Amino acid sequence: MAMEIKDIIKPENIVYRRTPLLTDKPLSYCPGCGHGTIHRLIMEVVEEMNIQDKTIGIAPVGCSVLAYEFMDIDMQQAAHGRATALATAIKRLLPDRFVFTYQGDGDLAAIGTAETIHACNRGENFIIFFVNNGIYGMTGGQMAPTTLPGMKASTCPFGRDTKIMGNPLKITELVAQLQGTYYVTRQAVHTPNAVRKAKKAVRNAFEYSKHNKGLCFVEFVSNCNSGWKMNAVQANKWMEENMFPYYPLGDIKVPQSEKV
Amino acid sequence: MGELRLMKGNEAFAEACIRAGVDAYFGYPITPQSEVIEYLMAAKPYETTGMVVLQAESEVASINMCYGAAGAGFLPATSSSSPGISLKMEGISYMAGAELPLIVLNVARGGPGLGDIQPAQSDYFQATKGGGHGDYRMYVLAPSSVQEMCDFVLIAKEMAFKYRNPVMILSDGVIGQMMEKVELFDPIPRRTIEEVEKQCPWATTGKKPHRQRNIITSLDLDQYKQERHVLKLMDKYKRMEEEDVRYEEIQTADAEYLIVAYGSSARICQKTIDLARAEGIKLGLLRAITVFPFPSKRLNELANQVKGMLAVEMSAGQMVEDVKLSVNCRIPVYHFGRTGGVIHTPTEVLEAVKNLLIK
Repeated sequence: MAMEIKDIIKPENIVYRRTPLLTDKPLSYCPGCGHGTIHRLIMEVVEEMNIQDKTIGIAPVGCSVLAYEFMDIDMQQAAHGRATALATAIKRLLPDRFVFTYQGDGDLAAIGTAETIHACNRGENFIIFFVNNGIYGMTGGQMAPTTLPGMKASTCPFGRDTKIMGNPLKITELVAQLQGTYYVTRQAVHTPNAVRKAKKAVRNAFEYSKHNKGLCFVEFVSNCNSGWKMNAVQANKWMEENMFPYYPLGDIKVPQSEKV
Repeated sequence: MGELRLMKGNEAFAEACIRAGVDAYFGYPITPQSEVIEYLMAAKPYETTGMVVLQAESEVASINMCYGAAGAGFLPATSSSSPGISLKMEGISYMAGAELPLIVLNVARGGPGLGDIQPAQSDYFQATKGGGHGDYRMYVLAPSSVQEMCDFVLIAKEMAFKYRNPVMILSDGVIGQMMEKVELFDPIPRRTIEEVEKQCPWATTGKKPHRQRNIITSLDLDQYKQERHVLKLMDKYKRMEEEDVRYEEIQTADAEYLIVAYGSSARICQKTIDLARAEGIKLGLLRAITVFPFPSKRLNELANQVKGMLAVEMSAGQMVEDVKLSVNCRIPVYHFGRTGGVIHTPTEVLEAVKNLLIK
């Protein structure tokens, strides 16, 4: 007699499962990209905190424009750079909800810089998840505000010349200076250890969000193997060797009461 | 009888937003409409009705705050003047695409560019033909008095939800700045969150176990689906033309000549009608109250009766194109109007009637 799947896989033996709050839709991200992991971490926390019915997400323009196809929560898709403006209104009208934006570097730190800084400065009580891979992935690998000096992109084919294009914008350090931000941290998802730390940061952001004491800002330094013209392993190695020195991982601003 | 007050048009709009139960106002200062947000901040509706009022960092941010609010099922309002309205146009296009309710007031001034701060009607094309990118329209009301700056907020609220579409109140510096007696309507309470969820089952208020997740977006990468979506929007605009055209006729019953005007220009032209009638000229006025949908059907009927039409607008000639299309060039249609922020006088209009229409 053939065994049923439920007989083979017993709850006590499960070590890994599909996150229930991710939909069945196949991810549109390239193999090796960090977006899928970051989506998963956010949805795992929403599930663990049992706040699916209270959480509203904002998708940006960029690779994660279709984030609403993958996350099984109410979501709005914003115009390029304007996610924090949408989130401001939603959180002010529905103050008991958890509201987050999910934005890339072009969306958050180029076209949306004004909205980002002013939402942080007003101390809006929502969460910004910022995925920084130093390039415009969706449009095909153009220079981003966070592209490293000397790093090649389709609009700086000889590498970013800081004399012409300026230096990469450390917007996370910038918003940490503002009184309106409550929690600012920089994470990555390229190793199991990094994923565990990143998940803790996501959880912190949602927990702190309950206090309504200001904006929680979580940056993920991530890869873009397609845009960087590397395979996934090379991209992660390149990220460790080049991105992390410029964008060091760790907490940048922690609530006073949480400091040990 | 409602409460009577002497108010500026901008103040009447702001007070009407509070009384109509508008959920949020997001704005940015620009002359000649800054009284709207000044009035709201002084009135502090957030302490009474819970209405959110916020001065945003830009017109762009304020219209996108409106998008967020509307996507969550709330009725947002914003206001600006011509250059600021141009900045809001991207967001208005997104809201039309995502089918979201909105009240947006344009207290128009002279342009193009920074122009000046005097009243103008040169944003007609932008207001009635779409304004932002893509195939869409707004429902556009044109008040010609401070009273209508108040009353039209109620119509705008009704239309914004009936069609799930942005509604523009196309005013100008005359109507925004002048003071007149206003009879205010009694306050209507804001909807509770339960009422919002019932009225807007599509809104992003948080996914409940009994329903699928709600998504607010204007994106569909499948061009065939996008085409179906646009055609659905077109059906909506057609329905506006069938059900919700608004206009007013003054002395048209026996008219041989017709002025077509809207907003403050229509107000000026009422005096022209009196002057013409005193001289025995049978002149009538059709005032478009909605400039989209445009009262084309009625103008086409009037073309059977009058010898010619004069579109009088404070622009270099924009609405005149819709008047010509309405009558299919069966009778002569002319334009008269001062532009760049200059206001025509009733006698200037009468001279134009004599020189262009009667000859």
